[in-house]
Amino acid sequence: MKNHIRLSLYIFLTPVLLWLLLLIVIPHIELLIMSLKGTDDLGDPVWTLANYRHFFTEQIYWYTFVRTAVYAMLTTVLTFVVTFPVAFYITKVVSVRLSGFLTIVLLMPFWVSELVRVYGWMILLRESGVINHLLISSGLMNTPIEMLYNDISMMMGLVYTSMLFMAVPLISSLEGMDDSIIEAAHDLGASPPTIFCKIIIPYAAPGITSGSIVVFMLALGNYLTPTLMGGKNSLWFTEQIYNEFIASFNWNQGAAFGFLLLALSSIIIWAGLKLTRQELGRALS
Amino acid sequence: MNTPVLQIQNLRKTFADFTAVDTLNFQVEEGSFFSILGPSGCGKTTLLRMIAGFLEPSSGTLLIRGKDMTTTPPNRRPVNLVFQNLALFPMMNVHENIAFGLRRQGLAGREIGQKVEAMLERVHLSGFGKKNISQLSGGQKQRVAIARSLVLEPSLLLLDEPLGALDLKLREQMKIELKKLQEEVGTTFMYITHDQSEALVMSDQVAVMNKGTFEQIDTPRNLYSNPATSFVAGFVGETNILPVQVASRRPLQVATSFGLQLHATAGIDLNDSDSLALYIRPESIILEPSDSMKHINRFLLTVQNILFDGSNTKLLATIAESDHEFTVALPQNQQFAHIAKGDHIQAGVHPESCRCFVR
Ligand SMILES: Nc1ncnc2c1ncn2[C@@H]1O[C@H](COP(=O)(O)OP(=O)(O)OP(=O)(O)O)[C@@H](O)[C@H]1O
Ligand SMILES: [Mg+2]
Repeated sequence: MKNHIRLSLYIFLTPVLLWLLLLIVIPHIELLIMSLKGTDDLGDPVWTLANYRHFFTEQIYWYTFVRTAVYAMLTTVLTFVVTFPVAFYITKVVSVRLSGFLTIVLLMPFWVSELVRVYGWMILLRESGVINHLLISSGLMNTPIEMLYNDISMMMGLVYTSMLFMAVPLISSLEGMDDSIIEAAHDLGASPPTIFCKIIIPYAAPGITSGSIVVFMLALGNYLTPTLMGGKNSLWFTEQIYNEFIASFNWNQGAAFGFLLLALSSIIIWAGLKLTRQELGRALS
Repeated sequence: MNTPVLQIQNLRKTFADFTAVDTLNFQVEEGSFFSILGPSGCGKTTLLRMIAGFLEPSSGTLLIRGKDMTTTPPNRRPVNLVFQNLALFPMMNVHENIAFGLRRQGLAGREIGQKVEAMLERVHLSGFGKKNISQLSGGQKQRVAIARSLVLEPSLLLLDEPLGALDLKLREQMKIELKKLQEEVGTTFMYITHDQSEALVMSDQVAVMNKGTFEQIDTPRNLYSNPATSFVAGFVGETNILPVQVASRRPLQVATSFGLQLHATAGIDLNDSDSLALYIRPESIILEPSDSMKHINRFLLTVQNILFDGSNTKLLATIAESDHEFTVALPQNQQFAHIAKGDHIQAGVHPESCRCFVR
């Protein structure tokens, strides 16, 4: 009997382990080796930490790195602020039938690819775009202004593309909340703001945590939106990596950057979990 | 005379064209255990939610300690509600659940700690403060829910079928505990239930509710022995019901469809109606009455079945060779242990125990 369980465990575990090994572990080992290699003055390959040293000495890399981290965190916070009222409204305010419909409406944009969605924003915002056209034809403005290619438009795009990944965990955690808990808190003397801070947020905390982790990782690793909607000066660290691999053909440097990004996201998520006293296992269950 | 804790005047609640609570007038005295007993869907929860402030009355006034509460939100009312499904906060432990209301009152940390500890002791949960809600048994959750409200020392504690989710054994035990607790703390309890035994055991006063109105407000004893309406007679306690016709009015004598004549007592005003319903309690039937009992109604029972249930054993019998079934309570002593299926037994009942209501 026990052996049977063992066997089936192995059978189920094998594809997962294979997947982890082939797609994650092996490429990463390869990348790690690559990041630790370089060429000496004679052009011969040697082991070196130069790729990593390079990152710390060159200011532009640093700058982009920190900027990416800060903006990714800001994206996470903004996405939460925008999505939470929507999730709350869908799950707690409207009737059950309408809430199903609204959820589908919310998810609809995500049936098309990110590229198309970003392009949709570009059509709206660019100099010859819909908004400029409307503003000029209504006489509010004389000359069109460029609304794309700056940090604000980039953030808008990032928040928009991330919303789904925040909405789904929030909706599912709020759906599980019994309305009478809110009423009980109200009955015990809590005012509506207190109910929000002391009951609803703590209750939804696992959903908020998992949504935030996903949004943060996606924003940090996003390439398309910062490239298409951000300006010349709004460099994203992924672009930096791309440049090393494709433009400069310096794979060793790119691999080192990749590892730095991995370390960055791990550290920030770890710190975030510690600060909010959440556990990864509970948030993802 | 003190002002009552709760005064309700002409209170009504309608949902669209459906009247859930219909023009109620009553008051609840300080320190009493007041129950509202009624079948499912009669408007009990609706009434309670109006008192707690979650529902706005369609009309009428609601005074707590003499103050009009119409515009006061739930968090400012001196009443607390124990929810039908308890609604404990799952993300907090027992201590935090009980302290929640005290924190909202802005008490100092030490005072909160003391009050919570005292309350935990009161509900026999000392040492459970650090436990999570999910680690508690049904009865313990129950006690936390009551403690959480009681610790705020409300003028009035509202309880919405708090024992409904518990199994029978635990319910019996909690019933007694709750009654004791109320006597100890002296808080006025307003208790809602559809279980008549809960209402009768615990309450000082019981209001029997039906279709949004109160049929009778009385002590449990009176409710049982002097029901004011046929609904109360049928709902409170077990009873046998026979359709009868009036044979003579003074003294009241009724006849069943199978020709049995019985002396009876009129419940309330029978307003000249001829078709009545006769209510006889199972325990008021005397088996093998002695000949010295003069003024009792006598008839013959044929035993159909014996429903053995320990101290609560009953006979199922047909009356006077008709096919009307009657439930008869067997006395505690073993006097009737010999009775078997198919036996014929003489039986009697006092006219005062035969109550008639308009059918
Ligand atoms: N929001 C509402 N809209 C319409 N009708 C309602 C609403 N709330 C309650 N009702 C109706 O009012 C009546 C009384 O409901 P209520 O919840 O007070 O019953 P109850 O006596 O508590 O029953 P139970 O013992 O089953 O809890 C029911 O017929 C119910 O359908
Ligand atoms: Mg109810």
